[in-house]
Amino acid sequence: MAPQRSSSTSGSVKTGMTMTEKILAKAAEKSQVVPGDNIWVNVDVLMTHDVCGPGAFGIFKREFGENAKVWDSEKIVVIPDHYIFTTDKRANRNVDIMREHCREQNIKYFYDITDLGDFRANPDYKGVCHVALAQEGHCRPGEVLLGTDSHTCTAGAFGQFATGIGNTDAGFVLGTGKILLKVPPTMRFILDGEMPSYLQAKDLILQIIGEISVAGATYKTMEFSGTTIESLTMEERMTLCNMVVEAGGKNGVIPPDATTFNYVENRTSVPFQPVYSDGNASFVADYRFDVSKLEPVVAKPHSPDNRALARECKDVKIDRVYIGSCTGGKTEDFMAAAKLFHAAGKQVKVPTFLVPATQKVWMDVYALPVPGAGGKTCAQIFEEAGCDTPTSPSCGACLGGPADTYARLNEPQVCVSTTNRNFPGRMGHKEGQIYLASPYTAAASALTGHVTDPREFLQ
Amino acid sequence: MENPLSSRFGEHLRVCPKLSSDGRQRRRNHGGDDDDPFAPTSTASFNLKPLVTRSSSAFVTRSSAAASPQERKTFHGLCYVVGDNIDTDQIIPAEFLTVVPSNSDEYSKLGSHALTGLPASYKNRFVELGETKTRYSIVIGGENFGCGSSREHAPVCLGAAGAKSVVAQSFARIFFRNAVATGEVYPLDAEVRVCKECRTGDVATVELREEESVLINHTTGKEYRLNAIGDAGPVIDAGGIFAYARKAGMIPSAAA
Repeated sequence: MAPQRSSSTSGSVKTGMTMTEKILAKAAEKSQVVPGDNIWVNVDVLMTHDVCGPGAFGIFKREFGENAKVWDSEKIVVIPDHYIFTTDKRANRNVDIMREHCREQNIKYFYDITDLGDFRANPDYKGVCHVALAQEGHCRPGEVLLGTDSHTCTAGAFGQFATGIGNTDAGFVLGTGKILLKVPPTMRFILDGEMPSYLQAKDLILQIIGEISVAGATYKTMEFSGTTIESLTMEERMTLCNMVVEAGGKNGVIPPDATTFNYVENRTSVPFQPVYSDGNASFVADYRFDVSKLEPVVAKPHSPDNRALARECKDVKIDRVYIGSCTGGKTEDFMAAAKLFHAAGKQVKVPTFLVPATQKVWMDVYALPVPGAGGKTCAQIFEEAGCDTPTSPSCGACLGGPADTYARLNEPQVCVSTTNRNFPGRMGHKEGQIYLASPYTAAASALTGHVTDPREFLQ
Repeated sequence: MENPLSSRFGEHLRVCPKLSSDGRQRRRNHGGDDDDPFAPTSTASFNLKPLVTRSSSAFVTRSSAAASPQERKTFHGLCYVVGDNIDTDQIIPAEFLTVVPSNSDEYSKLGSHALTGLPASYKNRFVELGETKTRYSIVIGGENFGCGSSREHAPVCLGAAGAKSVVAQSFARIFFRNAVATGEVYPLDAEVRVCKECRTGDVATVELREEESVLINHTTGKEYRLNAIGDAGPVIDAGGIFAYARKAGMIPSAAA
């Protein structure tokens, strides 16, 4: 183990720290940390869901005792979202188990669902955890957020340290509010240039993962900055940070700014302290992108780093399109798809499945007018284009799920998807072929029945 | 009742309650003299120093040879070889995540699903249909083993099936961390393409020692140096994150 350096006693000049180093130092109540330090960190928010929650609480009770109490019943957010709308008894049972734990521990934030037949009959139910965390104001700059899900890194979009952990670590946090973490070094990605109208954050992150590979950021922080980043909305920033784990990254982070504060302050009154990388901080890698030169890309089967230009895949015949998940099922993702469908004025050629991430997203899809569409909502545009009716919000078929999951890949078909992983069997069938893409690319592909560059419809 | 999740590495610790007699040097900076060693300390002054060990006396060796003074951990058995980027969906398909690993009945069932997500190109099944245990003790992997989800079911199902160790060219971090935290399988980094050097069914031994670790393929007669376990070492040696935290005084000893 690397020897611990306690700068407060060494008398040396304080070296600059990156955002992540600063966040972790503060959470560990230290004035300085360097990459490689193993430190005990105070956790601000712990999130869990229906798949890992039972296991995490099981371990908590085993280790701290049947009558143990969680460290802080207001810092735990329990969000059933993975296997909800299914008849699988074990899946249903897991939600019941979480209800019991939340009742016993007096957990303040439990976004429960009891009526599986109609999600709208459940006022507390949200849907996909990472989107719900943001929408409910649990993501705040400068904080440490952990979740029993790899895509917890999504919250780094808010300028906080957010990463996924397993049940055992979560059980530990439940009892102590702390976790042992090794400070990661930071890779810097500077994205400059005006974002082309046909490009989305999904294209940016697929570009980057294609550049550095699925292990390119293992054990490291991916810090995104630059003029393009500053121009992105919060939802787009979330898409970017969401797939940091697909590059092996420990966490992703974006410096908070007015866009961030505006979003956060509209959803929570909890005070927060934003931090920024020092000018003299050390980064282990520097990547620069001129975004104005980038083109829509896809990740071909069977790896998120199997990057290709969408236009070079135009001969790939597809069987279906899936728009949903924490990566590509947010309000703006559906707005984008609707915008393309509207511009095209055509019908989809393949089954097109729409899975809003949360109740709020579902409502936006049905209520918000799509800019430039003469007052039409996403739902209306989707219906006119012949898409499937937007379904109940959850993680859905992004990870396959129980056999009766809506839009699950049960045959060896080719699917263009706005989701985050395409390893063999990811959406169900082992021989399914998944092309990861932006909502624009997914919508364009639905219209042609082939993998399609959105510029075909968006220029 | 035996806890099905008792860390393999911690098993011995539960049998021998007097940890302080194992020659470990513990350092705490709360300055107390003979306080209850398991009383929680404030983190404000807490600066965890690595537990310095001269020998890992806490582990039961599996080899038939008597443990030498140099304290050996050994895993022996058949190899099961996989390729690069074996993600968590291949290790345990998502449809089986409804199983709760901390539930003792369901824990053993988890083993039956281990590596069932591998494509049809893998001719040998890791666990035969209808079985819950594997005949393979050592999983040999390529780069980025365990990438994908943070689901702890991944290392747990391998351990539940009876695998002892995963020797991969490199690991994805959440999987590695979960393997260490649960103690279900011992993760080791090789420096070479062991997945190309070994074949499923080869007989091998993994020997862990203080200074170096090796993978010995008895079928080919070749040996491969394995990387030191690094920062995870103290956590594994302690028997997982809870045991480590207890020894460090972060949390009280387990409730009666």
